[in-house]
Amino acid sequence: MNSVFSFARLGALLIKEFIQMRRDRITFAMMLGVPLLQLVLFGYAINNDPKSLPAALVATSNDPYTRAIVAALQTTGYYRFDHVAQSAEQAEFLMARGDVSFVVTIPADFGRRVERGDNPQILIEADATDPAAASGAISTLSTVASQALLRAQGMQEAAAENARGQLDVVVHRRYNPEGISQYNIVPGLLGVILQMTMVMMTSIALTRETERGTMENLLAMPSSPLEIMLGKVLPYLAVGAVQVVVVLAASKLLFAIPFTGSMSLLLTAVLVFVLALVLLGYTISTIARTQMQALQLTFFFFLPSILLSGFMFPYRGMPGWAQIFGEIFPLTHFLRITRAVMLKGAELPAVAGEITWLVAFVALFAGVALVRFRRTLD
Amino acid sequence: MNTIDVHGLVKRFGDKTVVDHVTMTVAEGEIVGFLGPNGSGKTTTIRIMCGLLTPDEGEGTVLGLNIRTESLRIKREVGYMTQKFSFYEDLTIGENLEFVARLYRLKPVEEHVARTLEELGLTTRRNQLAGTLSGGWKQRLALAACIMHKPKLLLLDEPTAGVDPKARREFWDEIHRLASGGLTVLVSTHYMDEAERCHRISYISYGKMLATGTVDEVVKNAGLTTFVLQGPHLDQVADALKERPGVDQVAPFGATLHVVGSDKAALEKALADVEKQHKGVSVKSGETSLEDVFIQFMSGSKDNMA
Repeated sequence: MNSVFSFARLGALLIKEFIQMRRDRITFAMMLGVPLLQLVLFGYAINNDPKSLPAALVATSNDPYTRAIVAALQTTGYYRFDHVAQSAEQAEFLMARGDVSFVVTIPADFGRRVERGDNPQILIEADATDPAAASGAISTLSTVASQALLRAQGMQEAAAENARGQLDVVVHRRYNPEGISQYNIVPGLLGVILQMTMVMMTSIALTRETERGTMENLLAMPSSPLEIMLGKVLPYLAVGAVQVVVVLAASKLLFAIPFTGSMSLLLTAVLVFVLALVLLGYTISTIARTQMQALQLTFFFFLPSILLSGFMFPYRGMPGWAQIFGEIFPLTHFLRITRAVMLKGAELPAVAGEITWLVAFVALFAGVALVRFRRTLD
Repeated sequence: MNTIDVHGLVKRFGDKTVVDHVTMTVAEGEIVGFLGPNGSGKTTTIRIMCGLLTPDEGEGTVLGLNIRTESLRIKREVGYMTQKFSFYEDLTIGENLEFVARLYRLKPVEEHVARTLEELGLTTRRNQLAGTLSGGWKQRLALAACIMHKPKLLLLDEPTAGVDPKARREFWDEIHRLASGGLTVLVSTHYMDEAERCHRISYISYGKMLATGTVDEVVKNAGLTTFVLQGPHLDQVADALKERPGVDQVAPFGATLHVVGSDKAALEKALADVEKQHKGVSVKSGETSLEDVFIQFMSGSKDNMA
């Protein structure tokens, strides 16, 4: 018995394990603090039935019926009319850029037709690149709009029942008319896969040298921090390029994802994105003391970036603070670019803002890494 | 001009002073041994000299270059061999040397690597992973890599730790050959026989430089007297001696007992008493060794490891 199991020996092992756990402060903090932080963060931020989605209104007349419809849509809580487009082209651009999820067009003769009883029409275009995000808003649409119109006409509830159907609500699910969720997920996966490998591999770049004892030698030889940084990240840029080709080819061949936009624009964005990722990983490796810590920091970064970037859950469905928080992840901006370019056929002007964000990340991470880099062993 | 000329170097880690006002000069072509117990500040001092650490206080030049402001140029001119093998174990011997040759911009790379391999006698093992080399070969590879760019100063941090006597002997022959070619060498070590192969030695303990000079000078300046005892029951004799004033060190060496003290009169009195009490014990005058001197230094200096 004593030779197989001894409480004293188990006790010795447990005590040793707890001492080591306590010494590794970062791990300890992550085990206790991070779950709580994530629970609060994600619990409040994630919403599968997004409300208050930005919408653009294209309405040339300002009659009471138009106003009634707009007010009713806004009351549902799904639509937030914060853009008024002067023309269909402008509305198109807003949607391509992802500024709005809906474009509601109320024709100029809408009021006249209502009064004549001549089957008035309104057009609602929904950005269906993320089919889940738009579905709630679309499903409530037709009832709400009809009732609002009838109320505006001063009709009774009972009569309204009979008169339903008079209003013709035309819904266009843009970019993804069949609502195929792969169209949304696969371009996003490109970003997520790149992020996984690029950040993880470069996050151990310097800590590996430190742990193996080769850092001292590397620092004793004539190499500058910039050279070391580029030497560490550029190989992974090449690995990233291979990944991009594989994922894009697979999304075309296996999932038949439509590819409407410019390939060179997409590849440019991918290049900047991957550069931002490898530099982020490198920055982590200048902060972490061990490879283990570097990987922990990387995972600490992964979860919020996947949940809050719009990859798993609709970005527009998150509360305002969470949307602002989501902007700090390169993935957020990359997802907007890939979806815009691949599915919406967006041109450079529509994604220039997002690319600027990525360039800013590159500059920021490179700057932090160079400042953080310890040229000496101090 | 001295190759190494540093004075008043201080380095603290937290509230621990690891290097405490160290002053050191090494002339061109000299081989200087750097001795001291574990944790005495040898590695830290060497790292300050090659620009890997910035001193908290103190100034100095290495190869005429300021250690504070010109560390990048120092790195190009100095060969530094770290205590732990710090080349890439997952690269082959050849690949490691090519890497170093390119970092120092030696041209043509292939020529330098081939010559180095030839000198090392490693040409046939060029494609072997460095991690599979034995301790002695790793040390030879490390030395070859840090002299490939023909530095003017070589800083070696315990280069022969864990290396067999024959490899150590060959290593030191190589060091002397390099020094005769004008190379200056500062080498830290724990081995007394290696200290004796240096032109000069410096002894550092708990951050303070305690002695410097040739081996003979250091031994003489220590002012120690040594006696060798022979006879039966030396273990009892040793216990009796340890209690006596004037006896600083008692150490058994085979069938003899070395007794060392700094106060010659007190030591002689103690030995005379012991000789009377223990029948058959003979006392002869012995020669103080460098090791005796170092052990005396170590027991005399305050431990700051805690």
